[in-house]
Amino acid sequence: MTEIIKKPFNVREIREEFPALRQEIYGKSLIYFDNGATSQKPQIVLNAINKFYSKENANIHRGVHFMSQKATTEFEEARKKIQHFINARKAEEVIFTKGTTDGINLVASSYGELLTAGDEILITAMEHHSNIVPWQLLCQRKGLILRVAPINFKGELIVEEFDILLSKKTKLLAITHISNTLGTINPVKELTQKAHAVGAKVLLDGAQSIQHMKIDVKDLDCDFYVFSSHKLFGPTGIGVLYGKEDLLDRMPPYQGGGDMISRVTFEHTSYNELPFKFEAGTPHIAGGICLGTSVGFLNSIDLDGAQKHEGELTKYAEHLLDTFEGLQIIGEAKNKTSVISFTVDGIHPFDIGTLLDKQGIAVRTGHHCTQPLMDFYKIPGTTRASFAFYNTKEEIDLFVEAVEKSINMLK
Amino acid sequence: MAIQTIQEKQEEIVSEFEMFDDWMAKYEYLIDLGKDLPLIQEELKTDERLIEGCQSRVWLNAAFTNGKMQFSADSEAIITKGIIGLLIRVLNDENPETILKTDLKFISDIGLQEHLSPTRANGLNGMIKKIKMEALKYIQH
Ligand SMILES: Cc1ncc(COP(=O)(O)O)c(C=O)c1O
Repeated sequence: MTEIIKKPFNVREIREEFPALRQEIYGKSLIYFDNGATSQKPQIVLNAINKFYSKENANIHRGVHFMSQKATTEFEEARKKIQHFINARKAEEVIFTKGTTDGINLVASSYGELLTAGDEILITAMEHHSNIVPWQLLCQRKGLILRVAPINFKGELIVEEFDILLSKKTKLLAITHISNTLGTINPVKELTQKAHAVGAKVLLDGAQSIQHMKIDVKDLDCDFYVFSSHKLFGPTGIGVLYGKEDLLDRMPPYQGGGDMISRVTFEHTSYNELPFKFEAGTPHIAGGICLGTSVGFLNSIDLDGAQKHEGELTKYAEHLLDTFEGLQIIGEAKNKTSVISFTVDGIHPFDIGTLLDKQGIAVRTGHHCTQPLMDFYKIPGTTRASFAFYNTKEEIDLFVEAVEKSINMLK
Repeated sequence: MAIQTIQEKQEEIVSEFEMFDDWMAKYEYLIDLGKDLPLIQEELKTDERLIEGCQSRVWLNAAFTNGKMQFSADSEAIITKGIIGLLIRVLNDENPETILKTDLKFISDIGLQEHLSPTRANGLNGMIKKIKMEALKYIQH
């Protein structure tokens, strides 16, 4: 494959691709710092959505007619693009889901069927509710035990404690690659090796990593990797479960319906092969195709430069916020991404978030679907700014000014 | 001072807010109202009085004397407290029947309808529901 020479990353040029960034909120230019929740969409993805529904809409995998065949080809091409993007061995290992949550539930239901009472599932104290509750439900159903590896106050996994909790009984390590609340990057490659050494499988929650770093599932050697399209500049309602082929083959189907079967009689049904075994019913066709468009867009830009830019934004913002009296940054891991959660003494995050909103700045406040983590820090919630590569230093200056103004009003 | 009707109280609030021409000024005022709202005693902050909003906790205390309702409230978030202060100003010293049938139009008239949407989850919706539930207890049959 010839390596395409890419133009060096340029934030001004990238911003041009995202129409949602060019708007006013309450009379102020929008500053969108809620990328951890969802990312904005580039024009090329918007065009692809429009084009699909205007000209190409047809059901897939079943039609004899031209449009159906074309849509099928495009959908399967998108799968291949995603395969290469995450460096999976085969396209069959890329299962389309509704998103991260759906992918985790699929694994809990299906891989969970292979587990028996007394088996253990290991998660960490920084998981999103999506990577807690499906395991709790599974544990209740099958008599399994859920173990939680603790973190320190910087927001880093305590590896020594993790090592103690990981044992021959552990059948699955389900861990977030990057914490959505703290920004912590977990050492997942090393943890995966340790888990494999005791015979456990590994699921990585990639909701926050797919958009911030190069993902190579072969190199990580994880057994499952899940993510959502909407955080990767693609449409909502679609996502991906990557799974190793031999494992997926051994797992029973998740949902039954059309597309996932090879032959149905009332006495016996045989299932389709991968990936269709796990894709019952009409999928989000436009979503899958346009996620492929988003991946194509990302392939066309200098992602190393983009990541470097995100890192600089984070350092810059942390540096400025650090000077505020009474402001604590929650999540100070040595290895972290572009997420800054903070609290301010005596001020509720909801108040700060509301005032920032009125100044045109979109942040998230609250528990960020990580209530156990809030309990650990003994706080009701945080204000969280999360950056994407299209954010700028000037936006951070305005944000920091607005935080200062808000604090002064609320004091 | 002549006793104001609920309608008059709502109109008065709307005209107060019309004086502010930008959002930050409106919120500055709400914050002041929040700071001025009389605190409720700590021992009244019980689970029965708690309205669990997603983000900030809100407590409502209701009393009924001489056929009228009296409310006091508190919240962890000062803006929420300010909005609650407005609600209380409108609904205090009214009889339960009136409270139940009142359309709290002023909230959207002053541009705070976003706080009623479930996504804001700041307890204001739950607050209004709780006020009406309290009023329902004292309806004369
Ligand atoms: C770490 C993490 N896991 C899981 C999820 C759930 O993703 P989705 O709601 O797209 O299924 C999120 C999204 O907020 C997340 O940040």
